[in-house]
Amino acid sequence: MHHKIRFIRAGQVEEIDNCNPTQTVLEYLREEKGLTGTKEGCAEGDCGACTVVVGELYSDGIRYRAVNSCIQFLATLDGRQLITVEDLATPESGLHPVQQAMVDQHGSQCGFCTPGFVMSLFAMFHHERESAVKAVDIDLELAGNLCRCTGYAPIVRAAEQALTPGRSDLLSDNITQQLRQLKAIQPINSLETGAGDRLFFTPRTLDELCTTLQKHPRATLVAGATDVGLWVTKQMRRLDSIIYLGGVGELGRIRDDGHGLELGAAVSYTDAIEPISKYYPAFRSLMERIGAKQVRNVGTVGGNIANGSPIGDMPPGLIAAGARLTLCSKAGRRVMDLEDFFIRYGVQDLQQGEFVECLYLPAPEPDQVFATYKISKRIEQDISAVCAAFALKIKGGRIKDARVCFGGMAEIPKRASHCERSLEGRTWNQQSIEMAMTALADDFTPINDMRASRTYRMRVAQNLLQRFYLEQLDLQYPVRLTSKFGQAVSDG
Amino acid sequence: MDESVANYVHTPTAHDSAAKHVSGQARYVDDMPEPKDLLHCYIGTSTCAHARIKALNLSAVRRAPGVVDVLTAGDIPGSNDISPVHMHDEPVLAQDLAQFAGQPLFAVVAETRKQARRAARLAEIDYSELPVALDIESDPEHQSHVLDSRILQRGEPDTALPAAPNRLTGEFRIGGQDHFYLEGQVSMAVPGEDGDMLILTSSQHPSEVQQLVARNLGLQDNDVTVEVRRMGGAFGGKETQAAQWAIIAALMANVTGRPVKLRLDRDDDMLSTGKRHDFLIRYDVGFDDQGRIVAVLFDHAVRCGISADLSGPIADRAMFHSDNAYYLSDLRINSYRCKTNTVSNTAFRGFGGPQGMLGIERVIDAIAWQLGKDPLSVRLANLYGLKQRNVTPYGMVVRDNVIKELIADLLVTSDYERRRRQIDRFNRDSPVIRRGIALTPAKFGISFTTTFLNQAAALVHVYKDGSIHLNHGGTEMGQGLMIKVAQIVAQEFQVDLERIKISATNTGKVPNTTATAASAGTDMNGMAARAAARKIKKRLTRFAAGKFDVPESEVTFGNNQVMAGEHTLGFAELVAQAWLGRISLSATGFYRTPKIHYDPETFKGRPFLYFAYGAAVTEVEVDCLTGEHRIRQVDILYDAGRSLNQAIDLGQIEGGFIQGAGWLTTEELWWDAQGHLRTHAPSTYKIPTCGDMPGSFNVRIWDKGRNREKTIHRSKAVGEPPLMLAISVHSALNQAIAGKLAGDALPELDSPATPEAILNCLHQHGNPEQ
Repeated sequence: MHHKIRFIRAGQVEEIDNCNPTQTVLEYLREEKGLTGTKEGCAEGDCGACTVVVGELYSDGIRYRAVNSCIQFLATLDGRQLITVEDLATPESGLHPVQQAMVDQHGSQCGFCTPGFVMSLFAMFHHERESAVKAVDIDLELAGNLCRCTGYAPIVRAAEQALTPGRSDLLSDNITQQLRQLKAIQPINSLETGAGDRLFFTPRTLDELCTTLQKHPRATLVAGATDVGLWVTKQMRRLDSIIYLGGVGELGRIRDDGHGLELGAAVSYTDAIEPISKYYPAFRSLMERIGAKQVRNVGTVGGNIANGSPIGDMPPGLIAAGARLTLCSKAGRRVMDLEDFFIRYGVQDLQQGEFVECLYLPAPEPDQVFATYKISKRIEQDISAVCAAFALKIKGGRIKDARVCFGGMAEIPKRASHCERSLEGRTWNQQSIEMAMTALADDFTPINDMRASRTYRMRVAQNLLQRFYLEQLDLQYPVRLTSKFGQAVSDG
Repeated sequence: MDESVANYVHTPTAHDSAAKHVSGQARYVDDMPEPKDLLHCYIGTSTCAHARIKALNLSAVRRAPGVVDVLTAGDIPGSNDISPVHMHDEPVLAQDLAQFAGQPLFAVVAETRKQARRAARLAEIDYSELPVALDIESDPEHQSHVLDSRILQRGEPDTALPAAPNRLTGEFRIGGQDHFYLEGQVSMAVPGEDGDMLILTSSQHPSEVQQLVARNLGLQDNDVTVEVRRMGGAFGGKETQAAQWAIIAALMANVTGRPVKLRLDRDDDMLSTGKRHDFLIRYDVGFDDQGRIVAVLFDHAVRCGISADLSGPIADRAMFHSDNAYYLSDLRINSYRCKTNTVSNTAFRGFGGPQGMLGIERVIDAIAWQLGKDPLSVRLANLYGLKQRNVTPYGMVVRDNVIKELIADLLVTSDYERRRRQIDRFNRDSPVIRRGIALTPAKFGISFTTTFLNQAAALVHVYKDGSIHLNHGGTEMGQGLMIKVAQIVAQEFQVDLERIKISATNTGKVPNTTATAASAGTDMNGMAARAAARKIKKRLTRFAAGKFDVPESEVTFGNNQVMAGEHTLGFAELVAQAWLGRISLSATGFYRTPKIHYDPETFKGRPFLYFAYGAAVTEVEVDCLTGEHRIRQVDILYDAGRSLNQAIDLGQIEGGFIQGAGWLTTEELWWDAQGHLRTHAPSTYKIPTCGDMPGSFNVRIWDKGRNREKTIHRSKAVGEPPLMLAISVHSALNQAIAGKLAGDALPELDSPATPEAILNCLHQHGNPEQ
């Protein structure tokens, strides 16, 4: 066990003893180090002004990812590299190419969001450096950085200027040294830091996690902290101890057994998109709209389930696909259908000392048609008003089996049993869909809130079923918005 | 132009702080090195939208860790008033009556910000709840008002309307908008000797902050100095709204004798500061068979919140812009300034203009739909004429009308006609996904309608080494004011920009300034700075003429040099010699906007020096099953006069358009039945993100632009007008869904056109199912 967190910043190893378990990276930068280049715009991970880049060892290199420092706990940096806007330009080399491009293209006006954009662009700079950036990818990668002045046009131009094929910078030129530094600070055992009754643990094995949780039953489990971070910054909650799941090797595993996918609870959305989309292509466009890049880089599918939100975007699709959940504790394991995990608002079938270990997503069955949709006020980086998922087995023009699940329609992600019963056994045609749309009204009594009214929720839920049907037909006209860049949207 | 004269204006020069922005070196208030002994302040706010405060028990707040002091209304030595228009209708801290949820009731100061925020939550408040008036009611004339209703009338609409060949009535709602400047409200107060107070703040109006701090602390204005280096965005949201936090910080600094910083968390910022006004607009319009408007009546019901703030001039400007670019011979506008138990609404880019213009553009769309015409033809039929039909409802002759030229140009470059036909074809074969296209113009009056506000001043020093210190009353919020004014001074002295130091706006340097607002920052401060520079230049000229014994007419400045007859010397060299010759190298400059006058009683006069013009063509796509939509293409042509800085102006146009598009589509303010704003953070309040930018976004500054009035280098304002070009988005959405519906009526699509608003509209007016 070690007690000091160590990470690389500005080429040096930073060592911190008795780290406050809920101190954020942003607080550390601005308040302790006086590094005020990184800004606080919202303190909830939704504006990107605080974006920093975290480097970590990955296969035989370093992976750089943009994260929101305002809700990232400092102690999660143990064994990693922290790069901030202050680190990019040097007196010798001048501005970094992404910074220079932002200047050349007039990408800043008030300048407050600019450091965040620069860091997102910097992360993009180090991603697939052999190829030029595509316009659609710029939208995806920058969705988590809000700018109120420019309307984004010059920032997109800056991205296009800087992100050319074969690009390099000081960091990529000195990768060996960075690797050496990072390797030297890799934790070989678990971390316990903090003081008094406020401790931060990073266990490294499932066993250690079970033991730590048993010893500290009131501790809060944290993976990406994209939700828990807000308890601290918004609700001002004084959390006792934190157990960070990002160091537990087993929880970070993705296993494909050919019949399905096992996803450890601490696998980030970013890492889960590819393997999940391999089995269920429809998940890609949904997952690319969960939070934004900074959130997906740390937020996890397991966390999205464990926090029991009625508007989480993954559960409807996972439930429709028949996913199973494994819970683990010192006492052993429990495996259940994911839908049984959600009991009522804020209550999940999770006992003390128990945690979500992994999720098993079975491959689609033969003849299964699957789709999952998200409806929100803004297309990118918004929380769902309604999230829908449909998994229908259709054989010989008949619906053999229907699994229909919604988020945002009830206090938990919930299957639409009337709708399912209405579909099952019927002919796969417009009439059956219309009957099922009517039946759906018996399944839910959604709420009115700031995201949508009850009426809209029901209406759009019904219409999504209509869309699902139309999408399976070989129509000559589009049934979803086409790409703003002119090509048709390509997803399931 | 003479080759020996360099061009510093009319060039696409980068923002002066660009390199600092991208490297994190640009300092905002919260980035300033913190003084020793700094305390952090936070506010406690009302959780009720309308209530008598029976008891405010703050003992737990006082006892909380780190707390140094607590402040309530009774502790304020001065006037406890933040009204910018001397109405005395809004307190710094409410005493007995809470009028909106989020209204500050007390403040607490502690050793750390976290301690102050935690402590602020511990108050025990006993409320006696009162009836809540949340929204504009169906009978706005008879609801409670913050200001008297106003009427603007021309001609005889009551006789013209019934006689018109066609007549339409309608009603729709326009939502408000949060500024969502990325840097939230923040102030730091540093007490000095003799009770002096230095305020570092993020405000568009340092002089008002100065005066309100003085008034509330019981000081003279000269006891208070306010400094603003830059803001992380403002958009009108820091015109009056910054003062309250500066005052609270100053009150705390006064009580504790220690520097105090107050920075609002994003949620509290959104809950406790004003926004763009919501409007309910009703219209009754008569028109001929070509769609030409014969007469129109408008009701503007304006949701002002609890107090007047700037609602008077904002509602006025909405009335002034109810014509947009169209001649309206006979009209009447009734404007009701409604009082609601919501935060007092305030200035926001466009200042009422956008709402007024959306009103008339909706009328035009409705007429076109009724007549089965392309809305463009109805727009063209109603545009102001050059010689006739060229007087606004408030009696100002439109002398600089270029809108027809702009539209003609844009129709060609945007390929409007072909695309419109293409869209019609697309829609014929596409029952679920519909497209729409619309062209809307914008004509926006430039000057504060409150005539006395149209004044500005500057201060220029030239130091012995030839370097220049530039200061003026305008503030930098990202709009590029500082670089534009520096370009103007560089042009005057003919020295490189590197010689000119841009300095923080400071009430100790330039006093009694007006807010940087109304798009007039460069027009006014640029003129003032040029006046100051010219004074010094004149003295240098006279000195050089005397020294080299040449007539003053033979002394010229060019390219960092000064030529006096046969003699040429560097600018710095001349300055050094002038100092030895005991020549004053410092000057103030002053500017008052000429020609403007306006009688607020009769709504007649010339409130504006000139008009800014632009036009936009927007194409959208709508999913009729869900109401989701995307902007596919936008083409804009904007008249920036002779642009001082094409790069800065382009940025204002692009950014203003997208901000307007957000207002009209995704940005929804939603209050629950108890009067709590539930969209108070970026997680719930959705401003445009990168993906909301049009797939194709073509913005041009009109190359023929030249201001008819003698503005600074014949440029035109660019801050606000582009926002209103986004009305084309709303119009295009309306077009897209209108074709889907049965019946002849244009659907009354409210704003913001969220997916829900669109699907509602489809359902109310027809059957969108397959």
